[in-house]
Amino acid sequence: MTAAMTTPGIVIVGAGQAGVQTAEALRAGGYTGRITLLGDEPHGPYHRPPLSKAWLAGEMDAAQLVLRAPEMLARKGIELRTGVTVRRIDRATRTLQLADGGTLPYSGLVLATGATPRALPLPGADAEGVLPLRSRADASAIAGRMATCVAQDRPVVVIGGGFIGLEVAATARKKGARVTVLEAAPRLLGRVLAPVLSDWYADLHRRHGVRLVFDAQVAGIEADAGGVHGVRLADGSVLPAGLVVVGIGVAANDVLAREAGLACERGIVVDACGRTSDPAIVAAGDCTARRLPDGSLLRLESVQNATEQGKSAAAALLGQERPFTTTPWFWSDQYDRKLQMAGLSAGADAWAVRGDMAAGGFSVYHFQGERLLAVDSVNAARDHLQARKLLDAGLSPTPWQAGDVAFDLGQLLKA
Amino acid sequence: MAHITYVEANGQSTTIDLADGWSLMQGATTSGIEGIIGECGGSCACATCHCYVDDFLAGVLPPPSQGELDMLENVVAERRPNSRLACQIRASAALDGGVITLPECQE
Repeated sequence: MTAAMTTPGIVIVGAGQAGVQTAEALRAGGYTGRITLLGDEPHGPYHRPPLSKAWLAGEMDAAQLVLRAPEMLARKGIELRTGVTVRRIDRATRTLQLADGGTLPYSGLVLATGATPRALPLPGADAEGVLPLRSRADASAIAGRMATCVAQDRPVVVIGGGFIGLEVAATARKKGARVTVLEAAPRLLGRVLAPVLSDWYADLHRRHGVRLVFDAQVAGIEADAGGVHGVRLADGSVLPAGLVVVGIGVAANDVLAREAGLACERGIVVDACGRTSDPAIVAAGDCTARRLPDGSLLRLESVQNATEQGKSAAAALLGQERPFTTTPWFWSDQYDRKLQMAGLSAGADAWAVRGDMAAGGFSVYHFQGERLLAVDSVNAARDHLQARKLLDAGLSPTPWQAGDVAFDLGQLLKA
Repeated sequence: MAHITYVEANGQSTTIDLADGWSLMQGATTSGIEGIIGECGGSCACATCHCYVDDFLAGVLPPPSQGELDMLENVVAERRPNSRLACQIRASAALDGGVITLPECQE
């Protein structure tokens, strides 16, 4: 045993994408001490993106969902412990208190605790068959209930017209369920997409047979011994439902950090390198809120954020600066359409559409004045990749150039 | 079922049995083969499962979709005529005996 192996080493709380990435980046960065990866689920790390799509549709088995094989982690000297819940961080002694009564010392700590779906703050929301979608177990529960709904011709109601809700709606239609999506705002994905693209997605879902209700005010869940049977709206009407999927956002899992006195504000506050207010503790992924140079906080929930912050956090523990400053990107698969988003569209006041929205492959360019903020591409991966390069380089086409397919946006990168 | 051989950049070769319907990316990440990342979980969204297929596979595989071709423009290692994304290749008996070579880097 080397000297390094006798120290407590680095403990990572959370065995999702960010936790696994941090562990692997520590090894890739030359760290030779102990790495302990703690997960609170019974199984090892798995891919979350397919949960609302191929997994929910029953097109994948558990083995296909595996993110990293346990033997692969073991070979890298990453000790995976599943089914472990951390109760408390004692920063003074650098020790974790575990739910099973045990303790675990650390010399460096990574918080990759993820996020928890917001619960519907309404009567009946805890009824059987009212389900969020976050974990593999959640998705399996939804799939089971959905199959019953299809067999009995009972409707599925999705509360929340965001990405999770719409992906679930698309999968439910694929499985033959009757689906209604209730959205509190006047349009789908209103905080993210340009109005023209919200409308396009509404059309897409309607053409696939989804009923959309906008400005919907949900008042309660109707349930009996058999679980949920309806969703009551503020106007008193009741939509029958055999399954209600709640997709109204998530809250960062920052309780451990907050109780330990780390700076938290809508998440564990980190800098661009994943550092928290304690030099021995870093954080990565959905649990974080990044403090930007202008003082504002940026919360991202994405695979890219998890992996990039994981790499930054690992570097920070190794005493290196590796800020994550590249353009954020996201994607969403609904039916046969792949939406790929680059940049952050908040504050946009003008939009240009490139390509043919009726034909399917097109992109929407978001501008604030003359400055390009974000690009949303539908079945147009080339536009998306180019947009990431443009945004990384701080380059803006004019709205007129963006909207003109005869104008080669790639030439801006060569200038 | 297909026997697929993965040759990592350091020359290490591993042959695994892939059930029908499994992607070559899933086979690699679940079997502990280094050199394929598959960050996006097989959604053709990240280009971190780049591989080079052998002549046999090149002959039997359906051509890449436009989406895959576009993503291949973003791979980090050298793109070659036989470059593919392992998440977009589904195992079947027709691929039995195929060999893919993995690039030195994915990101």
